Amino acid sequence: MTDLPSEILSAVTRRAFLGRATQGVGALALAAMTARGAESGVLGATHHKARAKRVIWLSMAGGPSHLETFDPKPKLAAMHDQPMPESMTKGQQLAQLQGQKLKCFGPQHKFSRFGREGAEICELFPHIGSALGDIALVRSMTTDAINHDPAHMFMNTGSQIAGRPSMGSWVTYGLGSEAHDLPGFVVLTSLGKGGQNQPIAARQWSSGFLPSRHQGVQLRSKGDPVLYLGSPAGVSRDLQGADIAAVAELNRRRDGLVADPEIATRIAQYEMAFRMQAGVPGLMDLRDEDARTLELYGCVPGDGTFASNCLLARRLAERGVRFIQLYHKDWDHHGGVKDGVALKAQEIDRACMALITDLKRRGMLDETLIVWAGEFGRTPMSQGGSGRDHHNKAMSVWLAGGGVRGGVVHGETDELGYAAVKDVCTVHDLHATMLRCLGVDHERFTFKFQGLDAKLTGVEPAKPIAGILA
Amino acid sequence: MPLLSLFLAASTAAPLPDKVDFNRDVRPILSENCFYCHGPDASHRKAKLRLDLRDAALAKEAFIPGKPEESELSKRLDAEDPEERMPPSDSHKKLDDRQKAVLRKWIAQGAEYRQHWSYEPPVKPSAPAGSEGVDHLVEAGLKPLGLTPGPEADRRTLARRLHLDLLGLPPTPEEVDAFVNDASPDAYPRLVERLLASPHYGERMAVTWLDVVRFADTIGYHSDTPRNVWPYRDWVIRSFNDNKPFDRFTLEQVAGDLLPDGGREALIGSGFNRLLLTTEEGGAQAKDYQQRMLTDRVRAVGAAWLGQTTGCAQCHDHKFDPITMRDFYSLGAFFADVHEPDIGRREEGILVSTPEQDARLAELASAVDQARKKLEAAHPSLTPAIETWEKDFTAPETPGKKTKAKRKDPDAKLAAQAAPILKNPADKRTPADRNVVRDYYLSLHPEALKTERDALAAAQKSHDAFRAAIPKTLVTAKAAQTRTVRILPRGNWMDETGEIVKAALPHYLPQAKLEGRAPNRLDLAQWLVSRDNPLTARVTMNRLWMQFFGTALSKNPGDLGAQGELPPNQPLLDWLAVEFMDGKWDLKRMVRIIVNSRAYRRASTATQAQRETDPYNRALARQTPFRLDAEFVRDNALAVSGLLVPKVGGPSVKPYQPERYWENLNFPVREYVHDQGEAQHRRGLYVWWQRSFLHPSLLAFDAPSREESCTERTRSNIPQQALVLLNDPTYVEAARAFGTAAAAREGDDDVRLRWAWRRAVQREPDAAELATLRKVLNDRRAAYRADPESAKKLLQVGLSPAPKESDPVELAAWTHAARVLLNLHETVTRD
Repeated sequence: MTDLPSEILSAVTRRAFLGRATQGVGALALAAMTARGAESGVLGATHHKARAKRVIWLSMAGGPSHLETFDPKPKLAAMHDQPMPESMTKGQQLAQLQGQKLKCFGPQHKFSRFGREGAEICELFPHIGSALGDIALVRSMTTDAINHDPAHMFMNTGSQIAGRPSMGSWVTYGLGSEAHDLPGFVVLTSLGKGGQNQPIAARQWSSGFLPSRHQGVQLRSKGDPVLYLGSPAGVSRDLQGADIAAVAELNRRRDGLVADPEIATRIAQYEMAFRMQAGVPGLMDLRDEDARTLELYGCVPGDGTFASNCLLARRLAERGVRFIQLYHKDWDHHGGVKDGVALKAQEIDRACMALITDLKRRGMLDETLIVWAGEFGRTPMSQGGSGRDHHNKAMSVWLAGGGVRGGVVHGETDELGYAAVKDVCTVHDLHATMLRCLGVDHERFTFKFQGLDAKLTGVEPAKPIAGILA
Repeated sequence: MPLLSLFLAASTAAPLPDKVDFNRDVRPILSENCFYCHGPDASHRKAKLRLDLRDAALAKEAFIPGKPEESELSKRLDAEDPEERMPPSDSHKKLDDRQKAVLRKWIAQGAEYRQHWSYEPPVKPSAPAGSEGVDHLVEAGLKPLGLTPGPEADRRTLARRLHLDLLGLPPTPEEVDAFVNDASPDAYPRLVERLLASPHYGERMAVTWLDVVRFADTIGYHSDTPRNVWPYRDWVIRSFNDNKPFDRFTLEQVAGDLLPDGGREALIGSGFNRLLLTTEEGGAQAKDYQQRMLTDRVRAVGAAWLGQTTGCAQCHDHKFDPITMRDFYSLGAFFADVHEPDIGRREEGILVSTPEQDARLAELASAVDQARKKLEAAHPSLTPAIETWEKDFTAPETPGKKTKAKRKDPDAKLAAQAAPILKNPADKRTPADRNVVRDYYLSLHPEALKTERDALAAAQKSHDAFRAAIPKTLVTAKAAQTRTVRILPRGNWMDETGEIVKAALPHYLPQAKLEGRAPNRLDLAQWLVSRDNPLTARVTMNRLWMQFFGTALSKNPGDLGAQGELPPNQPLLDWLAVEFMDGKWDLKRMVRIIVNSRAYRRASTATQAQRETDPYNRALARQTPFRLDAEFVRDNALAVSGLLVPKVGGPSVKPYQPERYWENLNFPVREYVHDQGEAQHRRGLYVWWQRSFLHPSLLAFDAPSREESCTERTRSNIPQQALVLLNDPTYVEAARAFGTAAAAREGDDDVRLRWAWRRAVQREPDAAELATLRKVLNDRRAAYRADPESAKKLLQVGLSPAPKESDPVELAAWTHAARVLLNLHETVTRD
């Protein structure tokens, strides 16, 4: 990496005022941007001892069926093709099954126990099964929303109304970032091969009413990994650096005249951009990983798969990125749930295990929280004889790493897997749990918005899921 | 008015006021710390105590006027027992000593309440007319702070500021010169008038309004597919340019379809009611989205006109303001007559055609009609042929399968219809049956009546093609059946136990005079802009002020409620509001009053004393510099480089955008194809507004996605802005065009560099600045001389052609000099 001319570096060591009266609530905030670009958050010290320093959130977009992944239901198998008890479903939300006859649809794959004491999970996931000792499985998660877009919003922001900050923005706003040439909140997406790739809007990683520098930045596997990262054709890195140096020199001169604190910030941001230009392409190039690691994940550099993104997540974690969110799509199995989940298992099972294993052998699992979750679960009722509809009363999620007790199963659904009945958890509980692992008391982490002390965990009571905390 | 204490109110060290003012001193403390549990929301109220109403608080003996020591409220503030102490520890709220002292002094002085300031009708303070009125009130606020008004900005700064604020475009150096050299006393007001008359004024004003009404080209949810609305955007531009009175502007948007004198123009404005988020997601439930759309509208009306955070009352009565759930759903019920599908694709909208297009379309429709009649006239001639054909024909058992004549049915549906009829004897068929048989015959015999049929198809095709090219836009139509609106307990749309409500105005605001009639959407619109409404004029003037000073007078333009800010200079805001209404809602008149004031014309550099006494410049002893809004960053670069196509209005445009930026869109998968030709260099407000993936260079500069009403944009300063200005092909191309123009000027390097400098920031460079830029030019010349291939590559960025006869090394070097100028903080800042 070419370093910037020293005159820029000296300029950016000056602290700069970020935010101003015009930003409404932000008021006068001292920017904590250092010469290396890392940034501290508003919380300063955490409320509790932080067990995890960062989060890797694996979003299984489309709504994975808990009944073909992590929640065994022999009774449902026994009742296959029989009418669903009306006592369960009456007056409840339905998506595409509105107005149809509701029939039980047995689990399409067998479940097994992996290891001596491990929980029973679907046979399609032997690798995750092998890692259950590090995993806390929650079988009693619920959500409010039942369509993809609002459900993603709810899972990411704790609200179904657009315009709220996503959890990654909350976390970097509160805790800042240790990455010096990368944004603190990074998003990667990958497609499934089954073709049910639901759209994902950029609002899912928006900073909402928080300052925009906390918005998630998508890293792309093809083209410029960050939008506009590449210098124009015909402009070498040296020339790019020289232009930035000239801009800085002129900006500094102007600052001497008008004393506008925004100018120092601007100079620092140009320097950060220049460092990103050098640092990000190297980060994205997996060819410097050894063969053993590539084999562990089962990916080929540049293939754009979920496995590659898991490996990238580890590299981002190493570089101090605070919140890393991976979307893997194609879990929307209205039809063909049997083959559909089998295909998804091929795409994610090994990669999830690899991420846990890789972090562990590098001593990083203890300080990294991994969360695996879709936006909702799926119905125990059949849709069209081969699939399952959206469902918000039951879903399975799992967590691993810093702050989480491995090898536990938390919560239960009823015998048909229709609704969570024991230790029922909400999305807000999941957010509270994540924050707790990061050392943050969700009740005391607020931002003034529309007069309210807005929280990621909303207004209804929420609490960390104690049963899975280490 | 003791303004001094207003400014110091936030400081814990400030002395207590002699006379405690409820709205200024007490309400903010109670609202922030107490109302959450002891406020308007009955469902969450603790100990049945509410402190937002004096009688209710007295009834529960919360305090004894005149006797702070004996008052419960006062005792609770310092109670030893944590169970007794208020606010409770789990609220994470804490009063400082000064706040406690304020409350005690207030009780001592009688614990008087006053209505929340913004619900009282604005009263016009005594002040001179016109811009003098603004200055009189601003300067009255400066005196107690010991601040003196700063000096007027130099003329170059004034010209640049006015152009950017009123047009969103920079002046040319020639325009600046003309103003600087105009010695006449009315040079400034004449410049203001010239700019107010520019067609670009409406474009600039539209940007703010389009945020407020959440205008976008796509539906928002899930597939985020397009819909037809851009004519509404042009209606907004037109309305500002024509200076349509703000009350009429409001009426047309909320109820343009109900106006007796509406017409098509008002109907296009009524597109406002259709700008909300909608879904085409499979499995979406009608009632769910009915609820989402109702709440979306209530929030938008609350933000745009009322400055009320109505959204809080969707699930419970408002915590801080008197708006109840009943108010919320009753306000939503005004829109229950808007005709629209709950879920799924929107209709195409009305045709927005010119009279010429209408005439042509009628001609084409008549041609289709005539062709059809000719064909129908020829039908009887087929009868013998059909009879012959039927004799040889056995209808297929399964329609669509091969017949004995081994034919495929080109139209399976028709075949299925015809099959049973053909089994009947001809004389037992109805006329309709006979038509089916005839059509079936025709489908199998393309050669029959070929001339007539071809003529009809051709006429239809011309008609359809012409119609497809006419712009269409979603408008409001009154539904035959009004939707039922219920109060939804906790906002839950599946809970139908709530009471059914009719349209009604918020109970705590002055009501419309309806003489017993049930109010409709037009009544709502009229009430919004009635003299009795204390909010709309204030909200509108507050936002307008923000446009010219960077900060609104009450700093949260979307919230003039209890948690908003009592404006430090309320007399000024109230004066503007009354002046606005007195002036028949004439917006240009108010713009004129503001920008002609001395306060607006001040220099924006701060003295040390100003910075210390008034760091946020709320008292306005000076102006405030701020970064240009996203669209104007683009417009400015295009204008400076000479690439800008200043055409007003038309369909949204698609500038260069990184490949695969839309890869996460689906249903359908979409590929972004950027525009060719002049559409590539249009102003930022015309850029295609894809809600889920807004154009990334606008997003980087804080343009909102417009999924929700946005009354104030943040002004961030982030690395993505550097990447956009340095690397986005739009800005590289602008640098290339700008550099090429500079290189083509007469004179030596310094002359040309000075020209470019003046074009970028409309001032002369000093010697050191010129030296820095000269070094850039010369260093790049040397670099590209050693590597001319790279120079050629740089010159290929963008659609606009580079001059062939010029030396690529020279042009590339000039491109860099121009690029440095376009990246300056000063270039993207209005000071």
